[in-house]
Parts: sequence; C-alpha cells; structure tokens
Amino acid sequence: MSASAAKPVVAGAPVAGRKFRLRWSLVLPLGWLLLVVVLAITADWIGLPDPAAQELILRRKPPSAQFLLGTDNLGRDMLSRVIYGARTSLIVGICAPFLGFLIGGAIGMSAGYFRGKVDLLAVGFIDILLAFPALVLALTFTAYLGQSLFNVTLALGILSIPAAARVSRANTLAWANRDFVLAARTIGASNWRILTREILPNLLPPMFAFWLVAISVIIVAEGALSFLGLGIPAPQPSWGGMIADGREALDVAPHTALIPAAVMFITVLSLNFVGDIVRNMVDPRRSAL
Amino acid sequence: MHWLARQLLRLVVVLFCVTLVTFVIVNILPGDIAIVILGTLATPQDIAGLRADLGLDRPMLVRYFDWLGSALSGDLGRSYRNGEPVAQAIADRLPVSLELMILAQLVALGIAVPVALLSARKPGGFFDRLSASAAFGFLAMPNFMLGIVLIYLFSVTFDLLPATGFSPLSDGLWDNLESMILPALTLGLVEWTVLMRVLRADLLTTLKEDFILLARAKGLPPWRVLMLHALRPSSFTLITILGLNIGGLIGGAVIVEQIFALPGVGRLLLGGIFNRDLILVQGTVSFIAAAFVIINFLVDMLYAVLDPRVRHVRFRS
Repeated sequence: MSASAAKPVVAGAPVAGRKFRLRWSLVLPLGWLLLVVVLAITADWIGLPDPAAQELILRRKPPSAQFLLGTDNLGRDMLSRVIYGARTSLIVGICAPFLGFLIGGAIGMSAGYFRGKVDLLAVGFIDILLAFPALVLALTFTAYLGQSLFNVTLALGILSIPAAARVSRANTLAWANRDFVLAARTIGASNWRILTREILPNLLPPMFAFWLVAISVIIVAEGALSFLGLGIPAPQPSWGGMIADGREALDVAPHTALIPAAVMFITVLSLNFVGDIVRNMVDPRRSAL
Repeated sequence: MHWLARQLLRLVVVLFCVTLVTFVIVNILPGDIAIVILGTLATPQDIAGLRADLGLDRPMLVRYFDWLGSALSGDLGRSYRNGEPVAQAIADRLPVSLELMILAQLVALGIAVPVALLSARKPGGFFDRLSASAAFGFLAMPNFMLGIVLIYLFSVTFDLLPATGFSPLSDGLWDNLESMILPALTLGLVEWTVLMRVLRADLLTTLKEDFILLARAKGLPPWRVLMLHALRPSSFTLITILGLNIGGLIGGAVIVEQIFALPGVGRLLLGGIFNRDLILVQGTVSFIAAAFVIINFLVDMLYAVLDPRVRHVRFRS
C-alpha cells in the first residue's frame, strides 16, 4: 500500500498518463464532437427529411433502412430530429455560457481588480443569484421570458453568470498583484488598459477551460428545461423534448426515448473528457509534470 | 460570537433579496391572470374588477411588502386557480419531496462511502480506476435521462417496480417505499459521483498523516485503519458538499417528481408555472430559495462547530 500511496495520484482525474489511453480518450470524444458539429451545421444540405414533417401512418417505427433511427410518436424521422436537435443543443450550449462569461467575466474582473465596494456589490449580486437552486431559477426565468430558443439561451446565460464571475474574480485577484501589473501602473497605464492588456489575456486560458465544462452543463440544463416542457417550444427538435415525448411510449417504442438519450449521453461524456484534458493542461496544479 | 451575529445579519439580507427578486420576476410574467381566470370572452370591466379584487391594480412594491408581511406570519396567500392556501399546499406536498431527497441522499452516500473507501485503499489500482470511470460515466447522465433508462429497465422490461405514481405512507410502508425506489435511485445515482470523489481525495490526504502511520505500525488491519481512523477526519468536505449539493438536489427533485408523477413541491411549482398562478409560483419559489439559503447557512455553522480551525479562517478574516 505504501508503495502505491507514494505515487502522485491526482484526485478525481481520469486515468491518464499512459500513452495509448490518453490518445484514445482524446480521439474518440473529439471525433464524436466533430461529427455532431459538422452534422448540426450542414443539416440543411445533406438531404434530411423535414424534422417537423409528420407521417402518422408511419409512427413509432423501429430503425430501418428507410428511417435509420426509426420514427417518433408523430411519425417524424428520428435521425433528422436528432441532428436538428444537435443544432439546438449546440446553439444554446455555446451561446449561453458565452453570454454568461461576457457579463460574469466583466463583473468578476472589476470585483477582483477594484476590490472594496465594487467587490462587495458584485459578491452580493452573485450570492443572490446563487441563493436560488439553479433549475428553479431557470424555470422562473423561462416562464417569465416565454419559450423560444433565444429566451432559453438568455435564461441559461444568466444562470452561468455566477460561475463565470467567480472564476474571473479569483484569477484577477491573483494576477492583479503581480509585478508586471505594478510595472504597467508605474508607467501610467490606465485601469482600462491594465484590465484589457495585462490581466485579460491571463484570464482567457482558465475561462476557456471553464467554458468547455459549462457547455456540457448548459446542454444538460437545456435538455432538462425542454424535458419539462418549458424549454424549446415544439415542433423545434431538442434532445430533452424528444426524451420527454418518447417517455410516453417507452413500452411500445423505447427507441423514441432511448436514442436521443444515448446521443445526449455520448455528447456530454465527450465534452467532459475533452474538458477534463484541457483543464489539466491549463491548471498547473493538476497537470502532471 | 461576533461572527455569528454577522452571519445572521447576512442571512436576513439574502432572504430579503431573494424574495424581492422572486417577486419582481414573477410579477412581470406576461399573461394577465385575470384573463386566464375569466377566459377571453370577459368584458374589460370584469377584468378590471377581478384585478382590483386580487389587488393586482396596486403598485408592485406595495404588493411586495404586503406579501412579505403576511409571509412572515406564515400566510403565503391563496392560489389564484383554486383558492387553496399556498402555505397549506406546500405543507401538504413537502413530506413527499423531503422523503425523496432523504432517500436519494441515502442512496448516494450508501454508494459513495464504500466506493471511496475501496478506491482509497489502493489508489491507482483496478477498483480505483473502475470507480473513476463509472463516476465519469454517471456524471454525463442527467437525471431525466437516468429516470427514463431506469423506468425502461425496471418497469417496462422486467416489470419489477411501478413506473409512476405515489403511494402515501398510509398505504403501508412497503407500498410507499416501492413507489419511491426508482425516484430515489434516479436522484441518488446522479449525486454519488461528486461525494465519492471528494471523500476519496480527502481520504488520500488523511492516509498520509502520522496517526495513520502509527495505527499501521501498531499492526491494525488496513480496513480497520480506513474505517475507524481515517474516515471520520476525512468527512468534513463531504459534509460541506452535501450542503452545497442541496441546490442540485432540489432542482433534481423537481424533474424526478415530474417523471414519476410524485405529488411534491416541485410538481406544485411546475403546475403553478404552467397555469400562470403567480401567487403559487411566488410562494413556492420563495419557500424553496429560503429553505436552500437556510440549509446552506446551517451547514456552514455545522462545519465551523465540527472543525474549530475553520471558524478562525472563515469567519474572523
């Protein structure tokens, strides 16, 4: 036991370090993500049937040559809906954290740089956002804003503000005391210049790593909202909505729920894999020397 | 006890802000409740009359302080839909949600603690790698997906457990538990990964301490060292995470109650949102947020009581 305890084991990290393991755990997720992104972008041009076109005679058909992933409760082509659903997930998953990071990042930077009252105000604001269970806040926001792709993105963007603000505040606090910032101040650089030219570039790597994690969290959150019927409005496809639709026919046509569930699982798993590797590269405490 | 007073003051301020924010969000919901109640055929006079009856024609801030005043005495108003007192509606459904969350927490701890102990026994060993992979997999499985998969496995394929519905305790303990197994599993299986990782990491740190070396030198068997010497000092972070995770647990409970048709607070909230029942949404969201804030506060306190070092670092500085 003592021999193995002496080995540096990083808490919670996936098993890494061995060459062939690391390679597979990067190639497979990246390949899947690439496939999802390319299909989501080119969905309009690859000859897919209309994801909203209903063919009630052909409802709940299992996968076949005609419908590669079968059809859903209303006879809509599942493959087409899964791919268009990927588009929905990606738009929300990429834009919402970006929005949150823009606002939260600015709040966190000002808080960490100016300290004092600005910091107190920012931390108070974040505390209040964090005082709501995230999903309950998201529900309340979408209920207020109304259901649309834009509003769901906005609501989930607001939800990602606290996390973004915390990451940027903590990093700004660390960087603002460095000598090069002092040097910039001595030569008369303005606060704006110090923030954008000296501190911001140093915040980008941790923020990027965090953004990758946020994408998978937000994709899941969008799925949850749509699952509850408060996310993307029908007939626009969304993985969460598809799982909810398929739930009703779990006994006769399980594929209608299990296929979107599987696609979502693989996508989130891939994002987590890639996010973990990037985080290990960015965070010096966790990277293997 | 100076820090306690400051923390209490902070708690009150946060609670005030949380209810105010909820009130503002809920009250700018589009869709006039008077039209929802009376239907589209109502005359403008009828609508104006009902709005006055409901007090909706007064300024928002006035209504907020009115609401806050009654809320402090335990009156959250009456549902616009069926006139049921909101506080009563929450009280009726709270036991279901609490039972779900407690059972889920038991599932999560029941998996997390043994797995963490076995993993920490031989870091980097076969079991450790297996559990790390399993945790990674479960981390990518949101509860609404897991719920569907569990229903498919246990209700549809093997027909072992009911897919939906709730049996109250008055139907007998087994009926009640039977209807709660799948929901609790759905919620607990999502939670255990985080708990396991935290406990494992803390166990590894503790195992490097001198008193563990001493215990080993005395010739105690490894499992005894782990269970009796290492587990307790390693569980501080676990307790904090248990508290922090309450937020995720509450959100998860909303989804799980919806999947399994359990009559809990989460479903009450969803129903309120779908029906545009402002006073019900206001009451439930405020209640949930307040409970969440207070639980976090208590966990913070508990943490300080358990570990005197924290008191100084966290609250004096």
